[in-house]
Amino acid sequence: MTTTQTAPQGAVRDQSGAAGTAAPPRARRRRSGQWAAWAFLAPVVVYLIVFYAFPLYRNIELSVRDYTVRSFVQGDAPFVGLDNYFKVFQNPTFGPAILHTGLFTVISIAFQFTFGMALAVFFHQNFRLSATLRALFLVPWLLPLIVSASTWSWMLNSDSGVVNSALHAMGLPAVNWLTSPDWALTSVIIANIWIGIPFNLVILYSGLQNIPTELYEAAALDGANGWQKFWRITFPLLRPVSAITLLLGLIYTLKVFDIIWIMTRGGPGMSSTTLATWSYQLGFASTLPDFSPAAAVGNVLIVIALIFGVIYIRTQRKQELA
Amino acid sequence: MNGRRPWWKTVVGVLLTIVMLFPVYWMINVSLTPATEMRKSPPNLFPVHATFEGYQAVISQQLPYLGTSLLIGLGTVLLTVAIAAPAAYSLAKLRPRGRGALNFVLLIAQMIPGIIMAMGFYAIYLNLGILNSVWGLVIADSTLAVPFGVLIFSAFMSGIPDELLSAAKIDGAGTWRTFRSIVLPVSRNSIVTVSLFAFLWAWSDFIFSSTLNSGGALQTITLGIYKYIGNNNQEWNAIMATAVVASIPAAVLLVIAQKYVAAGVTAGAVKD
Repeated sequence: MTTTQTAPQGAVRDQSGAAGTAAPPRARRRRSGQWAAWAFLAPVVVYLIVFYAFPLYRNIELSVRDYTVRSFVQGDAPFVGLDNYFKVFQNPTFGPAILHTGLFTVISIAFQFTFGMALAVFFHQNFRLSATLRALFLVPWLLPLIVSASTWSWMLNSDSGVVNSALHAMGLPAVNWLTSPDWALTSVIIANIWIGIPFNLVILYSGLQNIPTELYEAAALDGANGWQKFWRITFPLLRPVSAITLLLGLIYTLKVFDIIWIMTRGGPGMSSTTLATWSYQLGFASTLPDFSPAAAVGNVLIVIALIFGVIYIRTQRKQELA
Repeated sequence: MNGRRPWWKTVVGVLLTIVMLFPVYWMINVSLTPATEMRKSPPNLFPVHATFEGYQAVISQQLPYLGTSLLIGLGTVLLTVAIAAPAAYSLAKLRPRGRGALNFVLLIAQMIPGIIMAMGFYAIYLNLGILNSVWGLVIADSTLAVPFGVLIFSAFMSGIPDELLSAAKIDGAGTWRTFRSIVLPVSRNSIVTVSLFAFLWAWSDFIFSSTLNSGGALQTITLGIYKYIGNNNQEWNAIMATAVVASIPAAVLLVIAQKYVAAGVTAGAVKD
């Protein structure tokens, strides 16, 4: 039931792979048809140029000039080439920011995917209430991030948080989740895993629905147990969907900003600073904003995101052709 | 399909759901806790002395923020559908040259981190003098939804039978008329899906409102909560009450439009 409204079977395949399939009688009408086609596309093309390409261009321009607050308004900042990038690379925050971005992304995805997969397999068994409970699992993903982040902040509060109170009840020592440099990154990762599980669950679940039930019935006849069914049937057949889920998760997680900023502001010190929060901090969170280095950090992030973006698109294309 | 439906799986499912939704429950619980018991140790697991003082604070202080977010959400929905639907019709049915490239650009556009867009918009808006304007924020928020909208719409619209469109053509309808009178009504479900997500993303947006609209007269609810956390971090019942109220659109969507939500999540990733 999840895929019924949108994306009818093969819908997207039509668009990407069918350049020369129009019937011959249509060819004459082609030219006037092109005018209409582009008239309908014109708004989105203009939109993409003005509201995507231009801000991105402006961002690059910011990063190769030396902007100060005054030249930002007057627009006469001197051109400095790649100086801002070299400064950013040499900045003591750069190493930790890259490391934290990597740890945050990889650990979040590993857990989100594992939990999402386990839950998808579990909910796929069609027990009573499974559809309703699966819908409830979407809640964390739908909540505004600031709501989730502030709720987790209070739950992880050192003195009055419910998590420390639970640890205390179990006889464990309290943890300074958000105020200790050793724990801040772990805390934001925990919150992010919670937010990301529903997305993984929904996509993997819809992948499971496309595995023919006969396979499981045949395996059952051969005497396979649940564990063998998972590793011999589910996991291999789900590999394409898993690849897409992981890559999308990677792209989304790389750019996570709200959760970290609201829970820790990248601190204490720089213990939970990622590229995204560092860029924001440089550009918007100080009294004397450093727009140019902020834009340079942002552009480093965009390069990383686009590398995985292109891998994602290529993976998807390959699967559509297969 | 399954003859036996073991009850213990339902029990396990309910337990898992309770664990997963505990933070949501905790948000509601804290929103009802009196300020005097806020720092009690251990905290009350149930709102034993439930109070609505948090919600009174929401009504007296946060209503304008909620109104602004509603306005911006609706504006974003209109702009997104108006731009995305015609483009998707063209991509799905009119076979324009260069559609492969455009599809590629739309996919890439979805991957650009918000902080980078925010920085670019900030620079442009500052020079144009349109920082802190509601419609400036609507435009920025719509960038979250337009590429997604085009992809969802075109996936749906390419499923519309060609016979339907050529019948309209034989009856003398032009391309625009066909789009307005046939394609749009038929695509109602996908319009709902796109509108839901456009609204939800605009409603939840924090990065654009904190960079482009932090000094404006009309501010969004996400900024309202953010300032709350910064200013009076003692009144957590008021903060959590605001969070509960800010979650209402998500809850409403889940109840009335769950199938559209699930469709939207899946459509972006899984094609068949």
